[in-house]
Amino acid sequence: MDVRAVWAVFARNMDIFRRYWLNNLVSNFFEPFLYLLGMGFGMTRYVTGIDGMSYTAFIAPGIVASTAMFAATFESTFGTYVRMVFQKTFDAIIATPVNVEEVAVGELLYGAAKAGIVGIIILAVVELFGFVPQWHASALLVPLVAVVVGLLFSSLGMTAATLVPQIDHFNYYITLFITPMFVFSGIFFPLGGLPNGVQAVAWFTPLMHAVRMSRELVFGQWTHVAADALWLTVVTAALVWPPVVLLRRKLIR
Amino acid sequence: MGAENAGGQKDPAVWARGLTKRYGEFLAVRGVDFAVRRGECFGVLGPNGAGKSTTMKMIYGRTPPTEGKLRILGMDARADMRRIKARIGVVPQEDNLDPDFTVIQNLLVFGRYFGLPRRTAAERAERLLEFVGLAERREARVEKLSGGMKRRLVIARALINDPELLILDEPTTGLDPQARQLVWSKMRELRSRGVTLLLTTHYMEEAARMCDRLVIMDQGRILAEGSPDQLIEEHAGPWTAEILLPPDRHEEARRLLDTGSRDVAGGRKREAIRGWESAEDRLLVYTMSAEEARAVGERLRHAGLGGAGFFSRPTTLDDLFLRLTGRTLREG
Repeated sequence: MDVRAVWAVFARNMDIFRRYWLNNLVSNFFEPFLYLLGMGFGMTRYVTGIDGMSYTAFIAPGIVASTAMFAATFESTFGTYVRMVFQKTFDAIIATPVNVEEVAVGELLYGAAKAGIVGIIILAVVELFGFVPQWHASALLVPLVAVVVGLLFSSLGMTAATLVPQIDHFNYYITLFITPMFVFSGIFFPLGGLPNGVQAVAWFTPLMHAVRMSRELVFGQWTHVAADALWLTVVTAALVWPPVVLLRRKLIR
Repeated sequence: MGAENAGGQKDPAVWARGLTKRYGEFLAVRGVDFAVRRGECFGVLGPNGAGKSTTMKMIYGRTPPTEGKLRILGMDARADMRRIKARIGVVPQEDNLDPDFTVIQNLLVFGRYFGLPRRTAAERAERLLEFVGLAERREARVEKLSGGMKRRLVIARALINDPELLILDEPTTGLDPQARQLVWSKMRELRSRGVTLLLTTHYMEEAARMCDRLVIMDQGRILAEGSPDQLIEEHAGPWTAEILLPPDRHEEARRLLDTGSRDVAGGRKREAIRGWESAEDRLLVYTMSAEEARAVGERLRHAGLGGAGFFSRPTTLDDLFLRLTGRTLREG
């Protein structure tokens, strides 16, 4: 694997990102912003506070993590599929000295970077609007969580992209997998109140760990940070390789 | 073979022995042998599904050969693909330009894949846009270009690494005649600069005009190899008598030509007929000269055959293909 080749693929996507930065920001960031605004301001009146924080403050770190998840997911499913199948971008690239594995890794790293960028922006917005009155310095590590979440969900999304027979099938992936995770990962309510079975299932979902870790980092609580970091690292490491192998199988026959 | 691994100037641009590609049960390429010399324009002519594109894909590393030996610029296709790809250019059958980028960006981004320094890529990109006549469309979005312009941009893109060998997979398919002429003139220009061209086509006109040598492929096999003239000379004859005749009378016409009297055409020696083919309502008779072709037509007309239409014309690669496979190129 040649680092420069990976960089060339990554840089190609970053060029596109820069070219369409407004579109990228609106589509990735407007929705979470609405959640913060609507749910935060709307619910704060009725919810007196969770674990001693305002409702907006409670959901803000989870929204950062889920925004990273969505950014990476859309990029690695629809985005990758369009490049791979409709635009034949990968075909063009692998006719140069860049090989398939380098294309795959460049794509995954781009998904991670994009997740990190939107994570930072949401975090900045949270700060700008004063959604979280009292930060802890460890909140500065949240973008790193966003990057790991980005890599993890890029790997999953790209695996899906190499397996789906047609682009519509991503709807299953997103509706049946991503959205339930978004709802039940502890962003909007503490999972502690749910039945044990649901909590056990939640433990197996990446987003739950990312949400909990982000929240603890923002508020400077370290109860689960190490365990969640380990969980995310191990699972990401395990998930990165399958899409690389699958992309080769899909493109080189 | 020259130096085994050096990829020096003396090695042929492409050298294939027993090259085979199998997809499951399907044999797309069945043990072909050919060599492309440095500096020539080499064509692979055949209908769709002949195995042309698969052969190209093996050469530019898109698909691994199942069996056989394949060396490109003196390097082994299985072991040295990255080094090979650094020195070849590929114009694929389908345009795969980056629609999100402008014309110039398409070239610069490609330069990065080859690891070219930014300045080198920028200089070459400007020169290549001049070369393909797109300098004025420099900042245009790719989507705004016509089919012919896109093709030229793909060619410019394939040249960004200054390749020794340019592979063109059906470079003019889908282009209007004017755009096709322009692509051909660019190809001739490249060849005159010493770039080796390897192209596939199912247009016999393209093969006849562009190629120094060519192979005719069908169903994964090479049926014939040589220069266009040589192939026509060898397998048919340079002139064809084409007679419009209902298929049920072809046999009669053949018998007449086979056993016909020497006196009919004014006591001349019988025409040197090199062969014939029946294609629907056309009877094709291959001869060595225009005169002979005309004489064949006259003789048949005297016998009341072929009053409906007769042409004496140069034999084409299409005729040759029909002769070799029993089908026309257009039928595929």
